[in-house]
Amino acid sequence: MTDKTKDVLIGLAALALGTVFLITFIAIESQVEILGLIVLTTIMVVVSARVGISQRISGAFTRNEVTMNTAVLFAFIVIAFWFREDHFPLLMIATVMLYLTACLGLNVQFGYTGVVNFSGAAFFGVGCYTAAVLNQHTEIPHLFVVLLGGTIAALVGAILIFPVLRTRGHYAAVVTIAFGVLFKTFLEVNDTLGGPQGLNVPGMEIMGWNLNSNIEIGESIELSFYLNYVAIALILSSLAFTLTRRIERSWIGLNLDAVRLDESAAACFGINIKRWKITAFILGNFLIGVAGAVFAMMLGYIAPTNFAFDASLMLVSIVLLGGIGSPWGTVVAATIVILLPEKLQAIQEYRFLLFAAVVILILLFKPQGILPRGLRAYIPGWRT
Amino acid sequence: MDVSLLGQFIFNGMMLGMMYALVAVGFTLFFGVLDVIKFSHGDVLMVGTFTGYTMYLGLSALGINNVFVQLGGVFIVAISAMALLGAVIARYLVLPLKSAPPLNILLITLMLGTVLRESIRLFYPDGSNPKPFPYLLPTNSWEFGSFTLRADSIILMLGGLFVIAGVHMLINKTKMGLAMRAVAQDEETAKCMGINFTLIVLLTFALGSGIAAFAGVMNGLYYNEINFNMGLQLGVIGFSAAIIGGLGNIYGAILGGFLFAALQTFGAVALPFSSAYKDVFAFGVVIAIMAWRPTGLIAEKSSERV
Repeated sequence: MTDKTKDVLIGLAALALGTVFLITFIAIESQVEILGLIVLTTIMVVVSARVGISQRISGAFTRNEVTMNTAVLFAFIVIAFWFREDHFPLLMIATVMLYLTACLGLNVQFGYTGVVNFSGAAFFGVGCYTAAVLNQHTEIPHLFVVLLGGTIAALVGAILIFPVLRTRGHYAAVVTIAFGVLFKTFLEVNDTLGGPQGLNVPGMEIMGWNLNSNIEIGESIELSFYLNYVAIALILSSLAFTLTRRIERSWIGLNLDAVRLDESAAACFGINIKRWKITAFILGNFLIGVAGAVFAMMLGYIAPTNFAFDASLMLVSIVLLGGIGSPWGTVVAATIVILLPEKLQAIQEYRFLLFAAVVILILLFKPQGILPRGLRAYIPGWRT
Repeated sequence: MDVSLLGQFIFNGMMLGMMYALVAVGFTLFFGVLDVIKFSHGDVLMVGTFTGYTMYLGLSALGINNVFVQLGGVFIVAISAMALLGAVIARYLVLPLKSAPPLNILLITLMLGTVLRESIRLFYPDGSNPKPFPYLLPTNSWEFGSFTLRADSIILMLGGLFVIAGVHMLINKTKMGLAMRAVAQDEETAKCMGINFTLIVLLTFALGSGIAAFAGVMNGLYYNEINFNMGLQLGVIGFSAAIIGGLGNIYGAILGGFLFAALQTFGAVALPFSSAYKDVFAFGVVIAIMAWRPTGLIAEKSSERV
């Protein structure tokens, strides 16, 4: 057995273990068992980090990227298919995927370019409300509506970018915070958009295929309709992941990194700072809006409370917990942040408090996050 | 519009301006000594108001119904508790991150704000609902046409002026104020002159947070209702007010507070929206002002040495 196959096998074994863990975690109901599983996993992760197994695994992932990315995609399909008949687990999985898409968008802004955005939930909400209004009142094909959700979020972002561009750091932060709070207040007082009660959103329909009806195969098998949405969300998040990864690796990503690290130096080397900040802000908001549009159609009902400032901070928490600028970290963090409160009902009510506290601890003691972003490798395979 | 109604709007606007100014002073003080923005400032204000409210409930439960004792108790406890909280935040959350990227301090204080807000919402008895703040000030009022002058407003206004004058004296006439100004001007040199840097930073944070608690209790006494979300809005607006006046400049912050209140009052009266949109308008103004004058009316020098 060559080193290469051994490497791949280690990665696959770790992935299989992760898949089994996720399936168990989603399947079990008893709070004691869930807590036990969390404690066990934490111990395993800490121990494997100590004895160097995690480094070996992450090495296996970076060295065999194409194989491992396909394997991860396959693992998610396995997990989704395992719960093919249960509504709630599938809803959770799809939610994770959509939040992942939104957070990848935030990652482009925060992680690569260093443009702050504390109104992620507001842009998500723009996508949601676009989907709600267009689905209710127009006959526009729903796939277009999803794209329009992203486009309108990007357009709103394009207006907000003016004050953001003229300002830096704290000042830009307050602009986005003000927008986040403004958006929710606006929705609450605006009667045409449903006010505090929110709106109903008709489900997605693609060329006659209604995603809100269960899939029946033969007579005995009936699959949950959420499987449709998991499929859409999985495609969406894979596309978003590939896109942001490609951007990160390309010369565009190099420019974005330069803008983040030192604006003056980047400008001296002829990088147009404004252009890249605008690009990152618009691309990020587009991804967030697209995720929002699908989310609204999946949930069928949206209300302003979903888009409060705390929800924006939750999105930022995901990006920070995973390690700023690290897409794989975002995957892990999105899974933890969405699934944990859903499964562990004791913390459901306290989730904002808890994650805010965790982020404070992370910032104090491990600012680089769970899976820190590695150094740029200019030559593949170098610096192994 | 008749004169008395106009007078009413001006007076209400000034009341609002006083609150904004007090919050903005805190932001500007913190920025002065440490070049950081503490985004949890508004939520510290909210916690201060709830502390004052709890003190009132405690005094009532003990059977102390003397208004002066209650009022004194509420203010003293709220201000000293928040001064302590402000110093603790500075010591354990802000100072450790002093040399980290500025984004981290921004994030840590934002998250701290969430922790404070959620703690009140979840752990304060029935914290998710608005609470009626007691009427502790005389409720007399005088009518001049459609202009109603409330005695409590006058007292609060004078109280606010008193606090601002106090801060002015503290900064300009005392040794501590001199040390604060020294630290704000140049940290290294101040240290060389034997100024205890950490102590001054902690004192400044205590001072700013104490003022915020005062503004919070003032807000409670004026509107007679408090809720866990009040800090977020006052925080964002206070910060914008501080920016309008130029961060680091106390008088600018006060001016900014009043200017912002004037804009908001003007918007509520003159614009053809229903009054439900007044908060939307306020935040819209924040964004517009940041777009127009990103570093305040008195622009900060933004050249950078490389």
